[in-house]
Amino acid sequence: MISNFIILNILRGDIRTKAFLLILLFIAIIVPLLNIYVPAGSFFHLTDYHISLFGKYLTYGLLALSLDLIWGYCGILSLGHGAFFALGGYCIGIHFMREIGPRGVYGDPILPDFMVFLNWSDLPLAWYGFDSFSYTLLMIIIVPGLLAFIFGWFAFKSRVNGVYFSIITQAMTYALMLAFFQNDFGFGGNNGLTDFKDVLGFSLQNHTTKIFLFLLSVLALAIGYLVSNSLVNSHSGVVLKGIRDQEDRLRFLGYRVENYKLCAFVVSAMLAGIAGALYVPQVGIINPGEFAPLKSIEVVVWVALGGRGTLFGAILGGVIVNLAKSYFTVNFPEIWLYFLGGLFVLVTLFLPNGLVGVIKKIFVFIKNKKEKSF
Amino acid sequence: MKFFVRLLIFILILFNASNNVYADNIDEILSALQKSNFSEKEELITKLGNIQTNKSLKVLKSLEKGILYYIKKSKINVFAKKVDKKYELTDITSGKNIGLIKKNKIKRISLNNKLRKYTRTIIAKSSLLSDNKNMRIEAAKTIFESNSIELLPLISQALKNEKNKNVIKELLKTQASLSLLSGDKLLINKSLDYLMKTTDPEIISVVNQFIEKYKTEDSYKEEIIKANNLLNKINSDIKLYKLIENLFFGLSLGSVLFIAAVGLAITFGVMGVINLAHGEMIMIGAYTTYVIQLIFPQLIEYSLFIALPFAFLVTGLIGVVIERLVIRYLYGRPLETLLATFGISLILQQLVRSIFSPINMPVTTPQWMSGMLNIHPALSLAYGRLYIIAFSISIFIALLILLRKSHFGIEIRAVMQNRPMARAMGIKTNWIDSMTFGLGSGIAGIAGVALSQITNVGPNLGQSYIIDCFMVVVFGGVGNIWGTLSGAFLLGVGNKFLEPYSGAVLAKIITLIFLIVFIQKKPKGMFALKGRAAEINQ
Amino acid sequence: MTSLQNKMMGSILYIDGVTVDFDGFKALNNLSFTVAPNTLQAIVGPNGAGKTTFMDVVTGRTKPTQGRVIFKENINLFKYDETSIVDLGIARKFQKPSIFPNHTVMKNLELAAYKNKSIWSSTFYRKINNNLHLIEDIANQINLDSFLYEQAGSLSHGQKQWLEIGMLLSQECDVLMLDEPVAGMTDEETYKTSNLFKKIAKERSLIVIEHDVDFVQSLNCHVTVLHEGAVLAEGQMKDLKNNSSVIEVYLGR
Repeated sequence: MISNFIILNILRGDIRTKAFLLILLFIAIIVPLLNIYVPAGSFFHLTDYHISLFGKYLTYGLLALSLDLIWGYCGILSLGHGAFFALGGYCIGIHFMREIGPRGVYGDPILPDFMVFLNWSDLPLAWYGFDSFSYTLLMIIIVPGLLAFIFGWFAFKSRVNGVYFSIITQAMTYALMLAFFQNDFGFGGNNGLTDFKDVLGFSLQNHTTKIFLFLLSVLALAIGYLVSNSLVNSHSGVVLKGIRDQEDRLRFLGYRVENYKLCAFVVSAMLAGIAGALYVPQVGIINPGEFAPLKSIEVVVWVALGGRGTLFGAILGGVIVNLAKSYFTVNFPEIWLYFLGGLFVLVTLFLPNGLVGVIKKIFVFIKNKKEKSF
Repeated sequence: MKFFVRLLIFILILFNASNNVYADNIDEILSALQKSNFSEKEELITKLGNIQTNKSLKVLKSLEKGILYYIKKSKINVFAKKVDKKYELTDITSGKNIGLIKKNKIKRISLNNKLRKYTRTIIAKSSLLSDNKNMRIEAAKTIFESNSIELLPLISQALKNEKNKNVIKELLKTQASLSLLSGDKLLINKSLDYLMKTTDPEIISVVNQFIEKYKTEDSYKEEIIKANNLLNKINSDIKLYKLIENLFFGLSLGSVLFIAAVGLAITFGVMGVINLAHGEMIMIGAYTTYVIQLIFPQLIEYSLFIALPFAFLVTGLIGVVIERLVIRYLYGRPLETLLATFGISLILQQLVRSIFSPINMPVTTPQWMSGMLNIHPALSLAYGRLYIIAFSISIFIALLILLRKSHFGIEIRAVMQNRPMARAMGIKTNWIDSMTFGLGSGIAGIAGVALSQITNVGPNLGQSYIIDCFMVVVFGGVGNIWGTLSGAFLLGVGNKFLEPYSGAVLAKIITLIFLIVFIQKKPKGMFALKGRAAEINQ
Repeated sequence: MTSLQNKMMGSILYIDGVTVDFDGFKALNNLSFTVAPNTLQAIVGPNGAGKTTFMDVVTGRTKPTQGRVIFKENINLFKYDETSIVDLGIARKFQKPSIFPNHTVMKNLELAAYKNKSIWSSTFYRKINNNLHLIEDIANQINLDSFLYEQAGSLSHGQKQWLEIGMLLSQECDVLMLDEPVAGMTDEETYKTSNLFKKIAKERSLIVIEHDVDFVQSLNCHVTVLHEGAVLAEGQMKDLKNNSSVIEVYLGR
């Protein structure tokens, strides 16, 4: 009875999925090739920095995807998704800190430098177990998932909806930010976690590791897309869209709406956590700034720009906005906030279906024209 | 170098001599002091005490503290203070620093214990008789701190002639404190009775001293019990006043929250619109204050009153423009409105950065806003905070009247409760929306004027308040300014009561978590509309 | 006690002294009446009489301040939430037609027809649709058989009403509660609906809230008139039309 979940979906898959996977495959091949085989002076050469930068964009794409899953399909606007992203990032960050071992500046075999600096004698309880890589991998999924579960359980059971939900998710990430800024909270306070050395024995500065991390980001995005795609194309997806459009109707059809919401929320949080865990080794730092409400709201505009409720659009939006951000913040730092702010206003006013909506319209227009000419 | 210093001192002396009637006399005494023995010194000190000028007092005090020196060569008197290995010299008259010198070049005018006590009496006596009431209070305080029982008669003498209420209070306190250690039972009892009434916390150490001194003596048994009672009373009073102070801090924080949030409550309640640019309206209000102070530097004292209407107009106008250009196209889509207004907030922030600067702007606090209102020795309230509370309550009352009594207010409430019906009744809901948004933004501007007095005026001012504002609105319940008021006060007070136990940041986190849990229990806030009408509106 | 017992016996819904108090405003005031199985029952009343609130109470959306509602003689509905009440067998149609505009008519009906509504089964099991026959049958009844693969959002207002009624039928519940089902329908559609209801009532209980007096009369059924949260009168529509108190508060002509 196990149905067309994942694998069958790929084989049978709709054309969009195939196209998306092909694009990802292309990126996965061409980017490392441009790095390895094109000589350093060439215009087409990509430096190690670029590899990590592209990898970062892909993790942002995954984050956007995770938000689209609940906002685009379920109508739940989370303004705190950056929190799940950051938690995933902190999990892997803690692992990296423990991996440093006695090679830190103070040379303590167990305690990371900042703890020695703060005169702590013992490792905080939360740090136990993170020396194991498999435990860390588990935590990357469990910690954001658990937070989402507890938060969502209460919120959805008591029918906190719409803007109220958005506001309390924002409060959640704000509270977490304040907590993580505290030294006493035990995660490096203001400075966060940084100066990572290696992962599974491979140096993070190493060129091969960087390519590997990039490829892992591609893979994670592909899997994230497939999971989300299968979910939204299964009968659950029909229900989720139903929740978005007519929550009460669905409840009075006998669906436990809150369970569906909770499930989508948890899956989405886990995806965000994975994105964060891949983000951290490629940028080399995680700090409480990632919890800032602004970051979470920014993700929403990625999704809105790309086109909510399309999965692909969200990823597209995530990558495009961040490309623009990299360009503007380097060349015209003054303009960036005008641009981002303008984007919010214009997209909500004029592009309710985002870029994907525009592309669709163009396709329909061309099709109609062709039909007319025959 | 030496020559230069000498020249300088010489000039200074010349300069002073022409200005000060008593200068010759003091200088004579000072030079006499340099070579006199202790009994001669006593006489000279008495003379000094009789002069009763600021300068003589200063000299006496320096003598008592042992910082009065003279330069061996020039026989010129100076104040000296040890800095590292050298001595820093200060001119007696001008109080100006006149250079460093080695120890062996100067000599101290020294006193013995008896003389020092005598000097102290002379100082207090001469200051107690000063014309300046602050000086007299100061003298009383000095005596209070010195615990010199021998000055008791002096205090009693001063009390007889004193007319000023504040000085009398200080003198009575000193008298009581000195009496406690006098050993005279009658005085002790009188003093304890008096202290029981005032419960000044500063008295604690003296009472402890008293208990320590007499606790072994049976004859003082009753007084010791009395003293212990007094201590308990003081401690419980301190707790009470601490509570009141916390409550006051909480109320003032609540007032700030209310002023900041009420505009949001109105727009959210009437239009169901989440205005994330609300914080930036507050910020613009604060910048308006800054600009007003910049334009009218001579009117700093009135700047806040000038800024209020300006801030209201500026932000209100911006609000109307935003509503007309963006928000009206997004009605019925609250989440989209939220995003669009967030975009606007980013643009406004950057605009302020471009026009002014990314750093905080200095806004001056008018004189009348600073200072403390003393209610009890253990409780004094800052005027600034008091004004903020009064201000928030007047805004509340004004809004209440506007919403309850005015035609505009009735229309607003009609739209809030049933938009289609209001439209059917001929209310121009479009116009009401614009005006409401303008009103909400205008109030945010006013809030900005108030906030400019208590927080940094910078581009991020709005961001730091917006989440708090939402919490207040959601906590209080939508569309009900009574709810906003009580929500703000409860949150403010709750926060301030948590702070001593948890620290400011943790208190904030706890408040946020409390609110997240609270919304689960009461998704529509404390004072929500009930029934079907409320649901239709959401 | 015996009369109460008698009333409850054989009823599918037994409403007993229900009061709903919204901050002093009594939307329902000690409301009591019974609904027999497999019958058609209409509820009429002026605005604010408590019709929709009554429906909210039965379907678990509003918790009453006082009283109880007994379903099938021994189930106290107040212990259950909305979804559980649906599982027990009470379906509801909203005043405003609420369908899923972005799904096809087929998907709309399917959503209602599926028996296992847990997320696990929705996600991991492909629906082998045993109910295709049922859905086609229902689509036939509600005149939407030729629209099965149209987007529900593109239907006319009346068709949307029908689709929602169809969804209720797909749920195969014992009691169907319909809030103003013919609002916005053409006369012909109203006529068809009236016939449909009479047919459904052979197998299920229908409780219809309606303003349209002619429609209610065409149903030819037992009518309960509500006023200020309580029962004002009961009986056949043609009798009630002559009832002076009903005329005064409701018909008013």
